[in-house]
Amino acid sequence: MNAPRRLDLDAAMPWLGSIVVVLLGSLVFPTFLSLEYLLTQTQIAAFLGVLAAGAMVVILLGHIDLSVPWTLGWAAIVSTTLAGTGDPLWQAFAIPAALAVGAVIGVINGVGVALFRIPSMVWTLAVNAILLGSSVLFTGGFNPKGEASPLMSLLATGRSFGVPNAFLVWIALSVLLLWLLHRTSLGRYLIAIGHSEKATWLSGVGTTSVTFVAFVIAGLCSALGGVLLAGYANQAYQSMGDPYLMPVIAAVVIGGTSILGGRGSYIGTVGGALFITLLTSILSVMQIGEAFRQIVFGSIIIIMLVVQNLRRRETSR
Amino acid sequence: MDSSDAVPLLELRGVSRHYGPVAALSEVDFTCRAGEIHAVLGENGAGKSTLMKLIAGVVQPTPGEIFIEARATRLATPAAAQSHGIVCMFQELSLAPDLSVRDNLLLGARSTGLGLFSYRKLGHARALLDRIGGESIRLTMRVRDLTLPDRQLVEIVKALYRSPRLLILDEATSALNASVVERVFDLLRELRDEGLGVLFISHRFHEVDALADRISVFRNGRLVETFDNGAYDYGDIIRLMIGQPLTALFPPKASVGDRTLGVPTGPPLLSVHDLSWEGGLHQVNLDVRAGSITGIGGLDGQGQTILLHALFGVLRRVHGEVRLDGHPIRLSGPRSAKAPAVGLALVPEDRKTEGLIPALSIRDNVTLALLGREAGRGDGSEADIAALASELELVCASFDQPVGSLSGGNQQKVALMKWLALKPRVLLLADPTRGIDVKTKAQIYTLLRRLATNGIGIVLLTTDQEELVHLCDEVHVFYGGRVVQRLAGESLTSENVIAASLNVAA
Amino acid sequence: MSNAWSDRLLGNPRELFAAVFLAMALALYLGTHPSGASTYVLTIWANQATLLALVAMAQFFAVLVRGLDLSVGAIMALCNVVASHLVSGSALELAFGSATVLLVGLACGIVNGVIIVYGRLQPIVATLATAAIYGGIALWVRPTPGGIIDYDLADRMTLDVAGVPVALIIIAGIVLLFWLPLKRTGFGLSLYATGSSEQAAWQSGTPVAAVRIGAFALAGLFAGLAGTYVGFVTTTGDAGIGPNFTLNSIAAIVLGGVALRGGVGSLIGAIIGAFILKTISALMFFSGLPPLAQPFVEGLILALAIAIGGADVLRLRNRLEAFER
Repeated sequence: MNAPRRLDLDAAMPWLGSIVVVLLGSLVFPTFLSLEYLLTQTQIAAFLGVLAAGAMVVILLGHIDLSVPWTLGWAAIVSTTLAGTGDPLWQAFAIPAALAVGAVIGVINGVGVALFRIPSMVWTLAVNAILLGSSVLFTGGFNPKGEASPLMSLLATGRSFGVPNAFLVWIALSVLLLWLLHRTSLGRYLIAIGHSEKATWLSGVGTTSVTFVAFVIAGLCSALGGVLLAGYANQAYQSMGDPYLMPVIAAVVIGGTSILGGRGSYIGTVGGALFITLLTSILSVMQIGEAFRQIVFGSIIIIMLVVQNLRRRETSR
Repeated sequence: MDSSDAVPLLELRGVSRHYGPVAALSEVDFTCRAGEIHAVLGENGAGKSTLMKLIAGVVQPTPGEIFIEARATRLATPAAAQSHGIVCMFQELSLAPDLSVRDNLLLGARSTGLGLFSYRKLGHARALLDRIGGESIRLTMRVRDLTLPDRQLVEIVKALYRSPRLLILDEATSALNASVVERVFDLLRELRDEGLGVLFISHRFHEVDALADRISVFRNGRLVETFDNGAYDYGDIIRLMIGQPLTALFPPKASVGDRTLGVPTGPPLLSVHDLSWEGGLHQVNLDVRAGSITGIGGLDGQGQTILLHALFGVLRRVHGEVRLDGHPIRLSGPRSAKAPAVGLALVPEDRKTEGLIPALSIRDNVTLALLGREAGRGDGSEADIAALASELELVCASFDQPVGSLSGGNQQKVALMKWLALKPRVLLLADPTRGIDVKTKAQIYTLLRRLATNGIGIVLLTTDQEELVHLCDEVHVFYGGRVVQRLAGESLTSENVIAASLNVAA
Repeated sequence: MSNAWSDRLLGNPRELFAAVFLAMALALYLGTHPSGASTYVLTIWANQATLLALVAMAQFFAVLVRGLDLSVGAIMALCNVVASHLVSGSALELAFGSATVLLVGLACGIVNGVIIVYGRLQPIVATLATAAIYGGIALWVRPTPGGIIDYDLADRMTLDVAGVPVALIIIAGIVLLFWLPLKRTGFGLSLYATGSSEQAAWQSGTPVAAVRIGAFALAGLFAGLAGTYVGFVTTTGDAGIGPNFTLNSIAAIVLGGVALRGGVGSLIGAIIGAFILKTISALMFFSGLPPLAQPFVEGLILALAIAIGGADVLRLRNRLEAFER
């Protein structure tokens, strides 16, 4: 990837921010520095991080995936419904089926964006609306009946050697994505298209295929997030994905990825997910009301982005 | 009318402009007078555009001073320049594509503020447009829907609407045909006689000759000389512009068989039969032979770019046939064009938005087209990139440098490297030397000749007449989407190329 | 046949298509509604549609200059809760309160514009953050839904006058007294120019920074209008109404032929798009479709409408043109 040093500093910001938040918080609540607390935070951050990973791939392209909430929701519904049948055969299919649903939604997104060239913001929004509507149809307006399979619960809530499994899943996904982005041509294509799809296409790159692949990856990540969340809550519930859309985008952006595409750091996205989780946690433990939490949240994001911007202007003179 | 005693309208003293280490202009002393048409000639990279941008307020001198009617002035923004009556018609058209013609005219008019306006202010816009050949342009048409020549006419009228005292025309007539150009010149002469000062940049020597009162020649960022029109002949002026006789720039042509044909005989590498496309190609026939450089010429926008796009698979619903080594090929896009079985490569016209990705490194740009072909392999090997760089004499600090930080000439070299890495059979080039300094041009000419000699088919679309005459072995001149003339060997002369371009019977 | 009239009419084919679609949908709705085309039915429909139209108008101004405002819903909520404190009492208090609410919206919009222009942030990202801020302030002003909006004023704004719903009169007023004059000003022109090509606008001497801030200020103002109007409809203040309206405003303007890349579209298109969305909603409600299927069908129709709007790309003869969108 390009200009590594500049990007590393951008990507480091949320990591630095995380450390600052934990240290400052520990002044008020010393338990923040405890291993147990931090491990729990990595578990919570993993849910956001898995979603943000897929979002980042699409944003690198210069697009955006607003169907995250209900892809997540449908993955949760499918997996808990299959697991809720009690039949071990169906239970084994719970996770693969949910991931398949995510992939299919990714293909649908790709059709609209890559083939029909509908702006991704609009198309994924419409897809999200359809997914919402179809879930109402399917569940009859009630909470979906079903439960998490033992494997889902294990992944979401269990620990291995003291480390939360969800966090391990996140790490595994990260390793995969880092390989994909840095060691294969896919990563290079994503960045090139993010800068200029026209020039990339004229270089003979199959930009349509790359776009499809990116949205499928995002769909898979959203589905994985849904599986984990359902495993955590032991059920799927209405609108479980809605609160995640904005934090996901925020995590990607404060990690140094440009919303216009072409420039980004996965490490930064990981840091962004961690930072947002820690910040949310500290604010809620401090008993700060929802109102001020939101204000602080929004203000910090703006400050971080402006700082990243100013730095970039200086180095580019 | 003797204007030489009057205070000059505009004067630059000791003006330089640096972009990092590169000096686009060095210590220039330059004057413009009212009631005079002053032409600026120079090769690409000579500093003409930078000069215009300085005067128009788009960039600032670093250092240097600007005097307007003997008063030191700072032109910080285009608006500031306009407030002094300096109006510039840029090469990059300053029209908003989604607005109508009359909305664009209003946009720049001096009297339009932020308050209410009235279309009545555009009273003589209609008359002006008609006068310079824009009868078919309705004021309510969107600029996006206009052809390039029509857009240039609208730009000219827009510039006039700002009540200029000094009008700057930067390649303002590049797409206009002969009769329209003459009408524009009539208007300019009339306005000059009324006291307007005109600063005129053009590549077309015959236009400068017809219009200018005084001529300034720039080279490598310096003003070489200013003289009255008529003081020097064509050959002298060329020598002023490039510092050497013209023919020294070009490598010797292929000396092959039949001198009158000018091209090697034998079966063509690429042959085009009755190629047509609804948007601007009609029954085009031409052959490209290995070992020869095939030129595509004509005024801007006569179908040359469309031809190249059609060959590369960019266009849909192209009728006619294209054969490679005798086998017909049907292309679905650039991806199939670059496939090893076909081996076509296109270096597009606009290197900043089509040919390269300026924000990415040299390495990333060079390997972008290659990546797809080496199935599974991530990188083009380092050794290959270094070999290409030395073959093209690329000047750069490192291969990780963003391409956007290179000079125009080096950028174009990277664009060429990208495609040469694939070892293509036919190389299509769209105006590759536009905006490039003389030295790099000569290097590229030598490279193209070498590639041709090694058996690669070279199709060179160019708006530079000298290239057509001195570099190409045969030239197809386009007008209105058709090939109106094929010139080669002894018939390939400047006069014939100009005549054919303007669609004037030779 | 190409002439000045066809230029104007076909200038934005998507908007034209949307208008026709709206006419058909409305005819269908009024025709199939159990109560028929009565004033009552019209008024309910008009109120809901006008509400979305106001937010869509806010989004329109941001998108026109090649931006996006994800905080329109939050500004709307904030103004709604402020109204629930101020818009009650004597006529003077009502006037003063309403004016203050609008000023709050305007101020939020200006803050957005300043952050975007001087902080050099991408609009989508900046407004994502300010949405959180404005939403937080709204929650602080009114943590739980409540408050009072003057009932008489609310009635007058949401009922009808001589059979014509007041909501439609408001829309007509905005178009005739605000939009049409705006299009005849240099400012209106520079909004379009800045969105179509900021470079061209700047070279023509347009103060693009001020124009962009102005666009976002207008967005905030209209979001404030929406927040006031929702107060008239519900006679209460609720800080949580934002997110739905934000996303729907984007769908509405796209349906109405406004291009997300800026410079194309009109306020009328935004209004048409919003009305289409609400008419379809209403159609679903009264169509006898099982209630559970309604959101699904609505989403499907939205997707179809968008896909049809985008289908012309399949006919492009020059593939490069696909990248200009």
